[in-house]
Amino acid sequence: MNFYAIKAIYLFELARTWRTLMQSIASPVLSTSLYFIVFGSAIGSRMVAIDGISYGAFIVPGLIMLTVLTESTSNASFGIYMPKFSGTIYEILSAPVSAVEIILGYVGAAASKAILLGLIILFTAQFFVDFSIMHPLWMLTFLVLTAISFSLFGFIIGVLANSFEQLQIVPLMVITPLTFLGGSFYSISMLPPLWQQITLFNPVVYLISGFRWSFYGVADVNVGLSLAMILLFMASCIAVICWIFHTGYKVKV
Amino acid sequence: MQSIIQVNNLSKTYPSGFQALQNIQLDIRRGEIFALLGPNGAGKTTLISIICGIVNPGEGTVLVDGLDIVQQYRKARQRIGLVPQELSVSIFETVWDTVSFSRGLFGKPADPAYLQQLLRDLSLWDKKDSKIMTLSGGMKRRVLIAKALAHQPQILFLDEPTAGVDVELRRDMWQMIRRLRDSGVTIILTTHYIEEAEDMADRIGVIRAGKLILVDDKTSLMQKLGKKQLLLQLTTPLQQIPVALAGYQLQLSADNNQLIYTFDAQQEQATITSLLRQLNTQGIEFSDLHTRESSLEDIFISLMGDAA
Repeated sequence: MNFYAIKAIYLFELARTWRTLMQSIASPVLSTSLYFIVFGSAIGSRMVAIDGISYGAFIVPGLIMLTVLTESTSNASFGIYMPKFSGTIYEILSAPVSAVEIILGYVGAAASKAILLGLIILFTAQFFVDFSIMHPLWMLTFLVLTAISFSLFGFIIGVLANSFEQLQIVPLMVITPLTFLGGSFYSISMLPPLWQQITLFNPVVYLISGFRWSFYGVADVNVGLSLAMILLFMASCIAVICWIFHTGYKVKV
Repeated sequence: MQSIIQVNNLSKTYPSGFQALQNIQLDIRRGEIFALLGPNGAGKTTLISIICGIVNPGEGTVLVDGLDIVQQYRKARQRIGLVPQELSVSIFETVWDTVSFSRGLFGKPADPAYLQQLLRDLSLWDKKDSKIMTLSGGMKRRVLIAKALAHQPQILFLDEPTAGVDVELRRDMWQMIRRLRDSGVTIILTTHYIEEAEDMADRIGVIRAGKLILVDDKTSLMQKLGKKQLLLQLTTPLQQIPVALAGYQLQLSADNNQLIYTFDAQQEQATITSLLRQLNTQGIEFSDLHTRESSLEDIFISLMGDAA
């Protein structure tokens, strides 16, 4: 194992975060704060409690997930797309590193950043709404697993993307709608019966439900199922990445 | 002495069907400067890219210091540094960060003292905290060299190292490459500046349309394929070459003022004495004489022509 290489890639990626501090950390924190002000404090105060939880507190897990999903996907995809775009990937390809080390470096950094952001938002939320965390260890488990899974997913997008537009399109057009429709701001039980069934095809439902369970002990779907879905998604991403490195698809001819 | 790089029957066909390399057989000797010459698209970069791990080999094998580049890629690649043709470097980073990154990537623990010396040798030390986007093209090229040397490789590949570099900087770079060779690093460079190969290389390989058409010591190549010419400036113009001199296959210049005698560089030079004696007997006088040798460029052009 080339630990120096993992460290080099990891630190390089985190340095990129520091260079773009405003864009990387400040802007997600700001936009989440706006959600809390509008939905949590202003509108939330006029909403009835859901499952016995005040509306402001109810949306905390969903908002954290919204940021973690979009940030881990876009960070990981950008991290691996940039060297491809600028040509500096020659160095990674010519270095004595294996696929596992490359992934640990890039995905590790993207996931770390997403986890950090999630925790920052959790901390920020305390200033807007009252909430408690019933299962802190499970909360962390869901957070870490989700960040890693979606960083792997982002890595795949970054490898496959041929342009900046393609790079942006998945976080914007897929992840954000799925998260909004995945129960960030409502409980699935509030939907008409037909939509309750349809929404079960949205994988994000399981992530948010599981994550919210770790906070308040209530869930739309079974927690075990949530965990299984995250692990399944992670395994699928790993399988795709293995295939990419095995065939060299889009990376190496 | 064992070759530091052994390329055996290497072929590469790209997915597009383009055959970039055909049966390349090449041994690079430890400690030499080897120049790979060839026109654009001949396969120079493909060959280097395969050895360095950027492109998958097709058929055949490559051993670096006895290590297979596929089976033992970790050990093989640690021995190699690559300076790519394009100025591909992360422009938002500082010089120091990017060089440290390269060292780590190649599996070496941090060594600030070595990196400091390296940057000093490349006249980059005072720029170590500058972002790469603020550097000139020549400096970026040196940053790429510093990155390639950051892990102390035994072999350095330079793909068109002086493309777009001004004359002065080019001289500096040649000096630096010689110093590296003196320190024991094997250097393989591709170029289409033939003067560069002529000036620097110990051995030369010529690649054309994916085939290595020639590999030889530079001096023996120039001797074997080089021509020498003796030019005689006549005091009075000649209308035609006298019959007595027909055996020398002389040429008369267009203005009839110059006799040109072309001879093989390897041949005994006694023929010149006899030619001069004959001229004397014929009463042909000359005011000046000089000889010229064909350059590697002439050789290269004639090789490309032959193969066409």
